[in-house]
Amino acid sequence: MRFILRRLGFYFIAFWACITLNFMLPRFMPGDPVSRMFARSQDRMQPEQIDQLRRLFGVDDRPIWEQYINYIGDVLTGQMGVSISRFPTPVTEVIASQIGWTILLGGVSLIIAAVVGNLLGILAAWRRGGLVDSGLPPLLIFIGSFPYFWLAMAALYLFGVVLGWFPLRHAFTSGLEPGFTGEYLLDVAHHLVLPALTIVLVSIGGWMLGMRNTMIATNAEDYIIMAEAKGLKPGRIMFRYAARNAMLPAVTSFGMSLGFVVGGALLTEVVFAYPGVGYQLLAAVQGLDYPLMQGLFLTITAAVLIANFLVDILYVRLDPRVRTS
Amino acid sequence: MTNSIEGTASTVPQRTRPPSGSRHRGAIAGNDDGGATPIAGPPRRPGGSLVHGLLTNRKAATGALILGVFIVAALLAPVLYPDDPSRITALASQPPSSDFPLGTTAKGQDVLALTVHGARSSLFVGLTVGIVATFVGLLVGLASAYFGKLADDALSLLTNVFLLLPGLPLLVILAAFLPPGLGTVILVLIVTGWAGSARVLRSQALSIRAKDFVAAAVVAGERPLRIMFREILPNMASIVMGTLLACVIYGIGAQAGLEFLGLGDVSTVSWGTNLYWASNDGALLVGAWWAFIPSGLCIALVAFALALINYAVDEVTNPRLRKVTFRTGKRQADPTDKGKASA
Repeated sequence: MRFILRRLGFYFIAFWACITLNFMLPRFMPGDPVSRMFARSQDRMQPEQIDQLRRLFGVDDRPIWEQYINYIGDVLTGQMGVSISRFPTPVTEVIASQIGWTILLGGVSLIIAAVVGNLLGILAAWRRGGLVDSGLPPLLIFIGSFPYFWLAMAALYLFGVVLGWFPLRHAFTSGLEPGFTGEYLLDVAHHLVLPALTIVLVSIGGWMLGMRNTMIATNAEDYIIMAEAKGLKPGRIMFRYAARNAMLPAVTSFGMSLGFVVGGALLTEVVFAYPGVGYQLLAAVQGLDYPLMQGLFLTITAAVLIANFLVDILYVRLDPRVRTS
Repeated sequence: MTNSIEGTASTVPQRTRPPSGSRHRGAIAGNDDGGATPIAGPPRRPGGSLVHGLLTNRKAATGALILGVFIVAALLAPVLYPDDPSRITALASQPPSSDFPLGTTAKGQDVLALTVHGARSSLFVGLTVGIVATFVGLLVGLASAYFGKLADDALSLLTNVFLLLPGLPLLVILAAFLPPGLGTVILVLIVTGWAGSARVLRSQALSIRAKDFVAAAVVAGERPLRIMFREILPNMASIVMGTLLACVIYGIGAQAGLEFLGLGDVSTVSWGTNLYWASNDGALLVGAWWAFIPSGLCIALVAFALALINYAVDEVTNPRLRKVTFRTGKRQADPTDKGKASA
């Protein structure tokens, strides 16, 4: 319990730091970007919308501490103002409409990468020096040297442009009515394959190597020899005895990646024009849409923190040592 | 007491290392000199085997060779292509030919000239970011480990917060608010990159802080700075070097990513901006593979070379790692036996 409270306190501090950073950036940056934004879009807005944005960005004469307290209040109650580039939709609505795609893309690729990567790691450690163990890691390290977005571009070029197997952009064919129909779901899946595959390709190596290294250590434990001496089937020893005890670091990295599902797919979404929060974040930056930018950053950070906290709770259940220390 | 410690630690003379030792060691030395203490000299005994080991290590040699080619290309770029590389010199979107070995961009620029000139900015930013981020991480890690208690708690908290904040979105946000330019790119990459190295270096410094010779130095009344940089630092030289290489890889990759998103200075020529323009001009869609393959390949090769050197440093200097490889060698026998037995 103390562990959980300590972690909770830490996450609050982290979130507070993030809010503070968000508060300070538009106020102390040179060049006064916010005034530019107002100059561009003032005539379209209602007076109360302008007032709220002025409050959020500190374009008024109140003392700074008062602005700060108000700002924290606004953020915690979800009042992030209206989006400029997608006027007059409130920022929260823009984010809500797009976060689903990000979670779909990030979630699917994370699960595939984690499952396949860990299985490969288990196999590699079990057959040391075998094909999986000696062939794959150098290849994956080499692939990992390429900048991710470049690999994604190459994949898009090869499979999208040259071979024409997969669509080039967006999450579903425009004009198709969203709904739980077979046609729509197939179309979504078809659009998902290429972006998800590129993420899996670059992230699978980390999973595999991590699992392999822990598993090698576990394989040397006495209880493995004991299990062999008992004459258990190799498959049973491999999964129930060795892999199970080597899972813990993988759980940690799964949690961390779970958080980055929301923010980490930014480059993927940009290359494949996938309509998630990362794509929107870049669009907001290009459109000088500061309210949306801030809202997205806060959402992404909050997602990272919540995911990490959930893993902490899970960890307490999985590892008794955390409970006692 | 101090004398005996110093004696054991520096029996190997400090400045008599062959100057050709390695370029990377030089980079570290430059980095450390910023600390205003003469720590730099290649560390004592572990350093000796490091230089020797690296010189005879094949991975290190391959990595250094690849990296050397790029550094030479970057230095010679103004000689090879004295003209402004972004000048339009030819027809647009020409495939590779004898005149333009790597073809031309959609604007009619020579891709080879752009790539060679791009090495300058990319390597410069990568090295700067790597060195500064490692140095900040080193300061935080050493201070954390040396002072302990409240200072450690505060610095660790700061590090962990920075580690937890989503890196790429933070990069994007910072780059959006700051005025565009090379300085901004470097600054932003350092802000988002130092925390990782701080965490690694702190844990290493902590384990050395607990050693007897550090306690002895404290008792002898040495100044904190001296203990941090002359007692603790030399004993973690290899991990500092590993961190530095990792930070340079991060710097090059993240700069490219940032510029690819159009958030860098799009008027400079670097591998990242080359890819940005290639993507912007639709090189992919018209099938102009030569416009985006070279820059990406260069980034990958540099990162691969640095990673090779990093593995070599690990292999050569880390006795624990060496033991692990030995032990895995032993373990290796087990599963094969198992396989035979079960088959």
